[in-house]
Amino acid sequence: MNLTRQAFLRLTGIAFLTGAARKLVAAVTGPRWAMAVDAAKCATQPNCTRCIAACHQAHNVPAIPDPRHEIHWIAKEPFARTFAAEEDQYSPVRALPAMVLCNHCENPPCVRVCPVQATFKREDGIVAMDWHRCIGCRYCMAACPYGARSFNWEDPRPYIHNPNPEFPTRTKGVVEKCTFCAERIGTGRPPACVEACPQKALVFGNLADPQSPLRALLASRRHVRRKPELGTQPNVFYFL
Amino acid sequence: MFMLEKAMAGSRRYWLWIFCLLAVIGTGLVCYLRQLDHGLGITGLSRDVTWGLYIAQFTFLVGVAASAVMVVLPYYLHNAKAFAKVTILGEFLAVSAVTMCMLFIFVDMGQPARVLNVLLYPTPHSIMFWDMVSLGGYLVLNAVIALVTLRAEREEVPPPGWIKPVILISIPWAVSIHTVTAFLYNGLPGRSLWLTAILAPRFLASAFASGPALLILLCLLLAKVTRSPLFREPVQKLGVIVTYAMSISVFFVLLELFTAFYSQIPEHTESLRYMFAGLDGHTRLVPWMWTSNALALGALALLLVPRYRHNDSLLAIASGMVFFSLWIDKGIGLIVAAFVPSPLGAITEYSPSLAEALISLGVWAFGLLILTVLSKIVLAVRARSLMEAVK
Repeated sequence: MNLTRQAFLRLTGIAFLTGAARKLVAAVTGPRWAMAVDAAKCATQPNCTRCIAACHQAHNVPAIPDPRHEIHWIAKEPFARTFAAEEDQYSPVRALPAMVLCNHCENPPCVRVCPVQATFKREDGIVAMDWHRCIGCRYCMAACPYGARSFNWEDPRPYIHNPNPEFPTRTKGVVEKCTFCAERIGTGRPPACVEACPQKALVFGNLADPQSPLRALLASRRHVRRKPELGTQPNVFYFL
Repeated sequence: MFMLEKAMAGSRRYWLWIFCLLAVIGTGLVCYLRQLDHGLGITGLSRDVTWGLYIAQFTFLVGVAASAVMVVLPYYLHNAKAFAKVTILGEFLAVSAVTMCMLFIFVDMGQPARVLNVLLYPTPHSIMFWDMVSLGGYLVLNAVIALVTLRAEREEVPPPGWIKPVILISIPWAVSIHTVTAFLYNGLPGRSLWLTAILAPRFLASAFASGPALLILLCLLLAKVTRSPLFREPVQKLGVIVTYAMSISVFFVLLELFTAFYSQIPEHTESLRYMFAGLDGHTRLVPWMWTSNALALGALALLLVPRYRHNDSLLAIASGMVFFSLWIDKGIGLIVAAFVPSPLGAITEYSPSLAEALISLGVWAFGLLILTVLSKIVLAVRARSLMEAVK
């Protein structure tokens, strides 16, 4: 191959610039995924756990009986616990359910502390994980102020009773959490929990699109986020 | 090579001690193989309390390692001749402590086979990356300095000139290892017990008390074993250092308590209440923490009165109290309590499992083995030069 040094340098430069430009364009024009939880709608079905079941089935989340070793990607907690500092003892919403999951923070502490970049922020806002890179140091679990992460204290596979062959199982010794169903939204489907909710209490959408239903809801209804004072800028919103 | 041959000749007592250590290491290793096979589920850790004995031992031992600077600094910067005989011991203590630190991190990994990912994907925005850099560097610095100066001592020549700048670098480096270790914890939002700018100074103060306390015990033990009066003066000087550092350490803890309980901000008081009084009837840490407090106050009473401190046996008792008090504080309380309550207000208590405790003991025994072998080398080198002096 006949390539002068000048041509080589020029090509390298162009390649770098193209890469950077594509990243920039994706960051500016691409979607920013977020979710809203309508607590009042959710409360109309007090015993419903269909979103949890759908999520855990889709992602091969093991059903470990020992609560110390429990793994969950999404859970149901009352406002009294999720918003303990905000909801005083007379608050009418204390008993309302708040589905808790990874907040896919704009400024995620878990990503900041991970020593191997096994958890990282995608351009579309999703805080994703590489389960083949995770060394299991659990620094991200200490850093997450929401308790969104679970660790595989033992081999999870014996506790996956009806495995989904479309999604990987994990091994012992790695951390896992909600991925906003990156594998589904990549093919245009909403997250499994959103699809499973009979009350349409979970709304998933694109914050970057001003016309999106999610943006319309956020603009018209009062909402809160968990521990906003920590500067993590959560992307999961709660309607009262 | 490294004068290791000097550690291969010893009395019956020496070999008995070595075999005891090997037995404890072996037990720990067997338990670790079980952990490797089953996963970290064999420990007492849980979804809410994700770090426990291993990480706490790591934290405590970084302090012991950093404390070598308390003999190196006075000797090299202030020409404190009293420390001439103990600087090498201090540096070897650091080598053994850093080795234990690395092993404690290793046994805490969920996927130990992937631990080199830390080098493969270096991540400067993670404090753990910097902790690895500072600990690794500190290990090399102390090993090199101690071996080079010891060799010079054996050859009865002054140490080579290039070692002086290396020794000077090791001084701020010692401060850096414990500062970076504090940064591991105090930069995390939502763990209020650690979210305090005083954490690094607190770590340093407690380190400069517990490390020299251990060095006092080591010197007194070596003096007893070798029936030599060599260590009397440095031991008394170290006693003064322990007294200052322990006073400052207790003062820092009181500052934390004042800030939390006078402001009465719930997040800042909850973990402390869990440590010292218990939360909602969960009191597992309370007896430990009050033992630590009682030992700290008792030790201060012995240390602050010169008459008691100048008595070698009382100083040894006070040093043991300081060491054990700070071991409880940093080696159990400070790490575990930060996870209670959980971000969702749940109180999950932690106590180490038997396997976890045996693995930890195994790591300690490994560190002691290194320390024994290195101390043996130092004593053998010195015994020879002493004999030649008599001739």
